[in-house]
Formats: sequence, C-alpha cells, structure tokens
Amino acid sequence: MKRLAIAAALATALSAVATIPAHAQESATLKKIKETGSITLGHRESSIPFSYYDDKQQVIGYSHELMLKVVDSIKSELKLAKIDTRLMPVTSANRITLIQNGTVDIECGSTTNNLERQKQVGFSTTIFVIGTRLMTKKDSGIKDFADLAGKNVVTTAGTTSERLIRKMNEDKKMGMKVISAKDHGEAFLTLETGRAVAFMMDDALLYGEMAKARKPGDWIVTGTAQSKEAYGCMVRKDDPGFKKVVDAALTKALTSGDAEKIYRIPPKGLNLNMPLSDEMKAAFKAPNDKAFE
Amino acid sequence: MAYQWNWGVFLQPSASGDDTYLGWMFAGFKMTIALSLTAWVLALLLGALVGVLRTVPNKTLAGIATAYVELFRNVPLLVQLFIWYFVLPELLPASIGNAYKQSDPVFQQFLASMVCLGLFTSARVAEQVRAGINSLPRGQKNAGLALGLTLAQTYRFVMLPMAFRLVVPPLTSEFLNIFKNSAVCSTIGLLELAAQGRQLVDYTAQPYESFIAVTLSYIIINVTVMTLMHKFEKRIAVPGYIGGK
Repeated sequence: MKRLAIAAALATALSAVATIPAHAQESATLKKIKETGSITLGHRESSIPFSYYDDKQQVIGYSHELMLKVVDSIKSELKLAKIDTRLMPVTSANRITLIQNGTVDIECGSTTNNLERQKQVGFSTTIFVIGTRLMTKKDSGIKDFADLAGKNVVTTAGTTSERLIRKMNEDKKMGMKVISAKDHGEAFLTLETGRAVAFMMDDALLYGEMAKARKPGDWIVTGTAQSKEAYGCMVRKDDPGFKKVVDAALTKALTSGDAEKIYRIPPKGLNLNMPLSDEMKAAFKAPNDKAFE
Repeated sequence: MAYQWNWGVFLQPSASGDDTYLGWMFAGFKMTIALSLTAWVLALLLGALVGVLRTVPNKTLAGIATAYVELFRNVPLLVQLFIWYFVLPELLPASIGNAYKQSDPVFQQFLASMVCLGLFTSARVAEQVRAGINSLPRGQKNAGLALGLTLAQTYRFVMLPMAFRLVVPPLTSEFLNIFKNSAVCSTIGLLELAAQGRQLVDYTAQPYESFIAVTLSYIIINVTVMTLMHKFEKRIAVPGYIGGK
C-alpha cells in the first residue's frame, strides 16, 4: 500500500516535470513572474548616470527608469494587479552569473552588449551608446591616449576599457601602468588622489563621476573614443518570449521620446549636461539589439 | 540552467594578447604565494616579539604589546587594507606622498597588502605565542631564574624553545589563513589569484571554470602547507607534550 502511494506520487511528480518544458517554451521567466507575483531587478550601485544609489540609498538613473517602464509593461502583459519588485545590487563581476542562475530576472545598468557575453546571456534593445574615453585633470596636459605613455592610468576592473587599454599598452609598447579599480567610485578616487593621471572609462560614466566630484570644474573628458559600445538590458538567454516583452517596452520608451526626456532632464539625481551623440540619436530613432563588436 | 562549459578557455590567448588565460592564473598564483610568504615572515617576526612582550613582568611593555594586539585584531582586515592603501599616503608630506603615488602601482599595492596582512596576522600570532608561554608550568621560569639565569636568558634558553614548539599546530592554521586572507588584496587591484580569477570571468564570461580553477589552486596551496607543517611538527615535537611521543 505504502509502495503504491509512493509510486503514485512519483508518477504525478514525473508528469508535472514533463509538462514544464511545454510552458517554458513560451517564457520560463514570465511564467515564474506570474506564479510568484514578483520580479527581481538587477541594478548597479555606482554607475552614474545609469543606475546608482542617491543620497537616500534609493536606486535611480537612466537605465533604472527604463527598467521600471519594462516592469510596468510586464505587469500589464501578465494582467497582474500588483507586481513585487525586488532590487538586487550587482557588480561587473557577478552580473552575468546572477542572470544565468536565476537570481536576477533582468538587469538594466551599464552592461555592454558584446558577442562574448551573448554566448551566456541575452541582450535587449540597445538603450545607450557610449564611447570609451579619458578623464583627466584640466591642467594635466593630457589630450589623448598617446600622452599616457609611461604613466599610471586607472580603469575599472571587468570593463571593456580595461581590455582595450591593456591591449593598446601591449600593441603599442606604451609602458603604461594600468591600475584596475574595483568600481567606478574607487577608480575616480585613484585619479583624484593622484595615483593615476587619467581614468579610462565609458564617457557617460566619466561625466557621471565628474558631476558628483567635489570640484567638477577641475576635470575634463578628453581623447578619441577607442570603441563604441551598446548598452542593453541583460535577460536570460533562450527566453525569446521574455525578451520580446522587454524589447517592446524599451522600443516604445526610446521612440516615443520618453527615454530622451529622461536623458536630458533626469527626474531624479544628477544632471550631467552631456551632449547627445549621433549614435544616441540613431538609437532613439531606430532601436535595435546589435552589438558593436 | 543554460551554461556552456568550455574548459579550453585556459589555453586561449588572453585579451592583452601576450599570454594565455592559464598564464594569467599562474601569474596570480605566484603573486598570492609571494605576498603570503613575505607577509608571513613579517607576521612571525613581529608576532613572536609582541607575544613575548605580553608576558614580561614590565607593565609598560606588556601594555604596549596588548594595545598592539587589540588594535590589529579588532579592526576588520578590509578596513585596515584601505587605511594602508588609501589613507596613509595622504598623511605623508605632499612631495613624498605624490612621488610615492606616482611610482609603480603594483609595488604600491604589494607593499600595502604585505604590511596589512603581516601586521593583522602578527596580532594573531602574538596571541598564540603568549598562550604557548602561559601554558608552560610556572616552575620552569622559576627554575631558570633560580639557576642564576637572567630573565632574558630564561626566556631564550628555557621557555621559548618549549613555547614555540607547543604553538606550531595553531600557527599552522594562521599560516593557512594568511593565504586565504590574501584574497582581500584583490579589492585594491592587486592581481593575485582571486583577482585573476575574477578577471578571467570578466574577459571570457566563463565564471564556473574560473572559480573552480581558483578553488583548486587554493586547495593545492593549503594542502601543501599542511603537509609540510605536519612534517615539521613531527620533527620538532617534544616527547610527552602535544604531538610528541
């Protein structure tokens, strides 16, 4: 009798397992959100102006505003009255893993969409385009990358800038000493305390660090952009159903002028006065999810 | 979970083009060993000195030693590291400070890490040494003094040769800790094992292979240390005491 009960339970369990993939093909993530009534959002702690804490420890920023718009449209897509949003801070180093293992459902911060990462995670429509450039003291005399030969340069660990500057150093035998700081805030501290003469990073993030510096007027962003990069929101790979909903929401925000409004006059936080690049204009006009490299 | 395993990643040429990713891991491995060993020498020398001072009859010296131990033992390692790396250079006179900060960053990171780990561990070593000395029967010290040895001679010839042997097992665990604690130094940008592992994740998006390799490397280091220390323990064991026959 007992054995029979176990067998029956096992059979039910097996059939339950067998039915999951059929639904999963639609979208495992949407299904999970619907069942639990909650979504976990990945955000950054100091990626100004994209996703960061304000002085009240609230997450704000351009990417974060867009992510909240996405949550709204998921809510209406699933016809949920209410959706619990859980915020989870992520770093450059752990963001891919957290998306993959299901801890975080979507991450909108300052994550570059590139081919290497596409092997592991999915990317939404591009929400921002940056160029990797330099920040330096106004009177440092540094105009471009060539002026950095033999000097200490700081960048943030785990970024494309780190890769580019190490490669440039190797290819052109520039003899630079590259310091890889843990996050953008620490990289700027390294620049500010004079440990490095320049800070290489995505230009928007540089303007962000500049805006919150003690004396913003002391710093300039300079140099030829070494690469163009497309930021996208990260979602799980092989979940086209979820990506479709995310893309639709982002495309609407980008083409309707909402995103540009957030860019020009952020509802909360720092205003960067950063010029709108041609690439950004193109991204607002015709959104796509292509990586630059 | 959709994960693509790729163990071949270690043989791929690294992003900077001058090495393979395996080479990066090996560079990190060497850095961890160099850092931990130099810090350990510092910890052992300072720790032995401070540990002995904590047991001397002179109240002032013992007080200084106690303050030293409490200071380095009660402030978190990460905070200490940030103080050594970020704060102290700012306290130097501007000209010296600036010259120092413009020097080779790896040198600066290594120096701050070594001093930080060394002093932090020395406080812990000092406690072990003190415990070793205090665990000796009182009679040993008295006998030494009664024989006409000075206090310094009693320490040198009677108490310390016993005490140091007794504390080898707990010191082994501090020795293992210093290798593990060295991972904290990745937060100031020193490219040791943990940092190279993290870099590998950033560059290749293969976190599992990387963290498994890092884990194995730490296990290899610590198993080697344990084996060597075990042999050492056996050689110096005092018959009739812990570990002796």
